[in-house]
Order: sequence, then structure tokens, then C-alpha cells
Amino acid sequence: MADGDDPKHETPGELPPVNRRGFLMGLGVTLNVIGAAMVGVPVVGYIAGALRQRSYQAWIPLGQVVDFPEGECRLASYENPYTVPWDGFTAKVPCWVRRKGARDFQVFAINCAHLGCPVRWFPESQLFMCPCHGGVYYADGSRASGPPPRGLYEYEYELRGKELWVRGGQIPTLSGPV
Amino acid sequence: MSAEAKPPEEKSTLVRIGEWFDMRLSFRESILPPIVHKIPSSSGSWWYVFGSATLLCFVMQIVTGMCLALVYVPAADQAWNSLEYLNYQQPLGWFLRGLHFWGSNFMVTLMTIHLVQVFLFGAFKYPRELTWVVGCVLFLCVIGMAFTGQVMRFDQDAYWGLGIGIAIMGRFPVVGESLVHLVLGGPIIGAEALSRFFTLHVFVIPGVLLMLIGLHLWLVIKVGINEWPMPGRLVTREKYLDDYHEEIERDGEPFVPQGVRKDLVFSGLVLIALFAAAAILGPDGPNGQPDPTLINTVPRPDFFFLWLFAALALLPPYLETPLILTAPLVLLALAFALPFYSNLGEKSWKRRPGAWILVITVFLMLGTLAYLGLSSPWSPHMDAWSGVPTPVQYVRGRTPLELQGAILVQQKQCRNCHSLGGQGGLRGPALDDIATVQTPDEMIRQVLQGDGNMPAYGKHLRPQEVTALIAFLKTMRPAYEPPQQNSTVPSVPGAPG
Repeated sequence: MADGDDPKHETPGELPPVNRRGFLMGLGVTLNVIGAAMVGVPVVGYIAGALRQRSYQAWIPLGQVVDFPEGECRLASYENPYTVPWDGFTAKVPCWVRRKGARDFQVFAINCAHLGCPVRWFPESQLFMCPCHGGVYYADGSRASGPPPRGLYEYEYELRGKELWVRGGQIPTLSGPV
Repeated sequence: MSAEAKPPEEKSTLVRIGEWFDMRLSFRESILPPIVHKIPSSSGSWWYVFGSATLLCFVMQIVTGMCLALVYVPAADQAWNSLEYLNYQQPLGWFLRGLHFWGSNFMVTLMTIHLVQVFLFGAFKYPRELTWVVGCVLFLCVIGMAFTGQVMRFDQDAYWGLGIGIAIMGRFPVVGESLVHLVLGGPIIGAEALSRFFTLHVFVIPGVLLMLIGLHLWLVIKVGINEWPMPGRLVTREKYLDDYHEEIERDGEPFVPQGVRKDLVFSGLVLIALFAAAAILGPDGPNGQPDPTLINTVPRPDFFFLWLFAALALLPPYLETPLILTAPLVLLALAFALPFYSNLGEKSWKRRPGAWILVITVFLMLGTLAYLGLSSPWSPHMDAWSGVPTPVQYVRGRTPLELQGAILVQQKQCRNCHSLGGQGGLRGPALDDIATVQTPDEMIRQVLQGDGNMPAYGKHLRPQEVTALIAFLKTMRPAYEPPQQNSTVPSVPGAPG
């Protein structure tokens, strides 16, 4: 192990001779790759933490059935089941509850199917209208006019005793409705 | 930018102090040459001041941004309150918010002018391809700053504006839902979303910007600033660099002080304008608090995104998803690759009419879309039915049946989309002269079945309401114009109807 070991390739095509310097360099690179992976994977996992849960769905109580008169469409809101304590206002999610019959409901997401703006209900003309790009929906949530590619997003609902429950938990988009 | 001037060599003590530092720092070898490097005197033009002015805005944004971060709370339950505190309680908080808001507007504007200037002056051609590409990334970063900054102003516009961005992302097939959750840091727009955008706005994008601005300036210094493009002087790979250096030898001047004089004047004016804008016009918002249950809101983006907002309203629905998912990528690829398919040849805008046509076309498009975005004629006027009076001339002399119809036009919210006397929505045609356009039969069909962009009202109008409505609409024509007639009914007197 002379000090004058030549670290350069002497003949191309042949492996360089393994010596202490080459070994240390290789060891250093290897340790750093391993260390970077050990540190990096958890960092990526941390950032992508929201993806651990495949879909955000839970049953949520929306209120007493008697609060929704038959034949009418009322604005309701619930506390999203997936929140952090510093969400403030934004933890609340509004939705439209349309009661068609005694046990017959339709619960629509507030978000327009076009680009997510909050639709408003107009009982006089029995239409939902969106303030952003002019999407309009009929009372049953189907698309009436404007740019939306589909009708309003609809929650699954259940009547539990005197309470109306819906299944939800995430902001609806075209690839992940309600 | 402004020179880090060295101690002038007048007093021997100063010189000695300077030399003491320079022996340790070697600024005379490293930093001085770029400062005094020679540039073509033709580049000392008023057209070349916009890049440095953009940089000035960036520095201003950093300073004012740090000041705002002293008070702003990037938590969903406090952000809006802290903005109100900044506006009304923190001494000069309103002014700092104004500086930061107008600084971002100035920065986007000046950067855009800079972009157009280097495009028209052919500055992207050989050998400055990389300068252009880095500039494109910088442009994207600044637009990213503008969008994330709009989210920082955590009000109703910010909330629903972010919702629009999320809805676009959610259109990606398969991965859309996961992408949305990744960007929001959770399933809804809430605290974690705000924190993510805060991190992007304050750490990630500014970090990238700092590095890339360094690279951009390094390239400008190393490759040399673009000379004034003379028509007919073609760029060739063989001769360009020699010609450029020859021009600098013949007619060059040091960047400092000769080259920066106009930059300095313009930057000073920009600073004063920024002060005036912040002091006179003040900060923007926040408007209503970001409570999703307050749905009586009309979300509109900041002006940089108004054109996009308008485009999204006007695209045909079947084109929308493919276009908003692919068009940005195609356009960006075309922009990035510009110096590679237009690498040599003519630089001067006087000999590149295509460049002019492109710039004018793009700005006409963006301007038109932004103008439409301001007025949003496609949106129903939510309060027109209850808040706008029926013009008197449409009520005068009408029969009770027709008046009943006039009431229905209000009550059934027709005016949210149809205007009368210039007031009301613009989504559908104005009803002032509808009787000259449609026959009563056509009106009935249109109202009951809907068509094009009009919802069908068949289920929600009783027959007698339809009769009243049409009776009113039949009167809606100027006295000098005959009503529309059904071409299938012979209008010959006495002929069978």
C-alpha cells in the first residue's frame, strides 16, 4: 500500500484496482445513499401523509329530519369528520338537503360540478345557480345549462331514527365525487 | 442592480482598510469584474430596464413579505383575523400589505414586459438559449407566487379560488383525487391546505426563485447581455460571438456606472409608483371571512388569473377537460423550446412580423378574456330578480294578464339571465325585443323545454302562468318593428290559418 497508488484507470475496460482510497470513496457514497434513503423516505411519507387514507368517507349526522320540510330544499352544514383543531370556519361544510317525501331525500354537495364554486338554490324557479361560470341545475341535481359536465354531486344518505345522516368527508371533484 | 461600491481610493487609510478586507475576500477578483464588465453601449437603452425593475420588485417582495410574516398567522382559524389586525391595528400594517399586494402586481407586469421585450429583441437566440429557459422557469415561479399569495389572503375569494384550482386538478383521470388530497394535505380546504400554500409561498418558491435569479444573472453576465438587434444582422453560430466581442471592443461601456444609469432611474420611478399605489390605493381585502357556509359569495380571482377564469367559462364543455389538462403543458413546451426551433437568423423585431403578430394576438386574447372576466356576462345576476325594477315603459298600458306575466319574469328569476332595459343578467338574450325574434309558439317551446343554455321550466310553470308570461313577452318589441311571424302560417288575408 504505497502512498503513490494511482486512483485513475490505467487501462480502459478494466476495473480499477481496489485500494484504500477507492474503498473509502465507495463506502462514503454508499453510506450517503443509504442515509439519504433513510431520511428521504420518511420525509416523502410525511409530505404525502394525506394519501395514507385511500378515501375520506364517514357517516355524519346532518340534523333532525323535522328540520327539513317536505317539498323544500334547505341549506344544511356539518363539521367535516377529518379536521384539525385550527381549521376554524373551514371545518364546516355546507350542503343542500332536498326532501321529496317523508323518507325520500336528496343531499347535494355545495360545490358546482364545473369548478367547485358554491351553488345557490332558487325555490321560485326551482333551480340551483352557480355564481362563477353560470352553471345551472334542476331541483333533482341534474344539469340544466352552462359548463358543468355532470349534475350536482350527491351524498349517500340514511335515516337513523329521527336523524338524517350523510356519507361524506372530502371536497368533491370529478375524479373523487363526495 | 445597484453597485456594492468599493471604498474609493482617495484616502490612504480607506485604501488600507479596503485592501485589508480585499486580501481576505478577494472581491477585486471575484465580484468586481462582473460589476464593471463591458456591455455593448447599444444595450444601454430604455428598453433594457424591465429586468432590473422586476428584480427590484422581487427584493421589495422579500422585504415586505418578511414584515408581513411578523404578524400574519398562517393558520386557517386565525389568518383572516390577522389580516384584519394588519389592516386596522398594526401601525402601518395596511401600508405594508399595500406594498406587498401592489409589489406583486408590479412584479407580474414588469416581468411580462421584460418577457415581451426579450422575445421581440430576439434575445433568446444563440447563445442565450439557457437564459431564456431559466427565465421561463422564473416566470412560472412568479405566477406560482401570485397564486399562492392569493391563497394567503385567506378570505372567501381565496377559499373558492383555491377550490377552482382543486377542481381543475380533480379532473385528472385516476390520480386526480390523490393529487387533490396531496395538494390540500387532507380531504378539504382547511388548515393543512393553508399551511402547505404558506410553505410554498414563503419557503419553497422563493428559494427556487433566489437560485434561479442567480443563475439568470450569471448567464447574463457570462454570455453577455443582448446587443441592440440591427435589422439584417443575422445570428450565425460561426460569427456571432466574434461579432459580439468585436462590438464590445469597439463600442462597449462598463455595466457600472454607464450601463446602469437608466436602470437606476427607472427603478427609482418604480419605487415611487409602488409607494404611491400602496399609499393611495391601499391593500386588497381581505373580503368576507373564509366561512364555506356563507355561500352568497361571488368568487373572482386576482387580475392575473381573470383571463383563465373567463376561458373556463367560455370553453365548450366537451373540450374543457382535455384542454385544461394538456394545453398548458403544450404551450409551456412550445415556450421553453423557442430558442431551439428559432435559434439563428434575424433578431430584430422589424424583420420578424410573426413575433409581432404573436405578441399582439396573445395580448388581445388575454385582454379580451380578462375584460370578460371582469364583467362575467355568463354568470346569472343572482339578485336581479328581486333587486332590479321592471322598467316603467314595459308596465305602462299593459293588460292585467300581461302585468301578471311581467311579475312572473321577475318572480321566476328570468331576469337573473335576461336583461330588461339594460339591467339584469347577460347569459341569455335581452328580452326587450324578444317578440321581434321569436313567435309566441317558439317562446312557449323555449320556456317549457329549454334549449341551448336555457333550463326547461315546464315542470315549474302552470299553464295559466305560461299564458301570462307569453302574453307579456308578446308585447316586448319596439312600436316600429313588427312581431316575428311563423313562416309556416300563410299571412295572406283570408287564407286558412
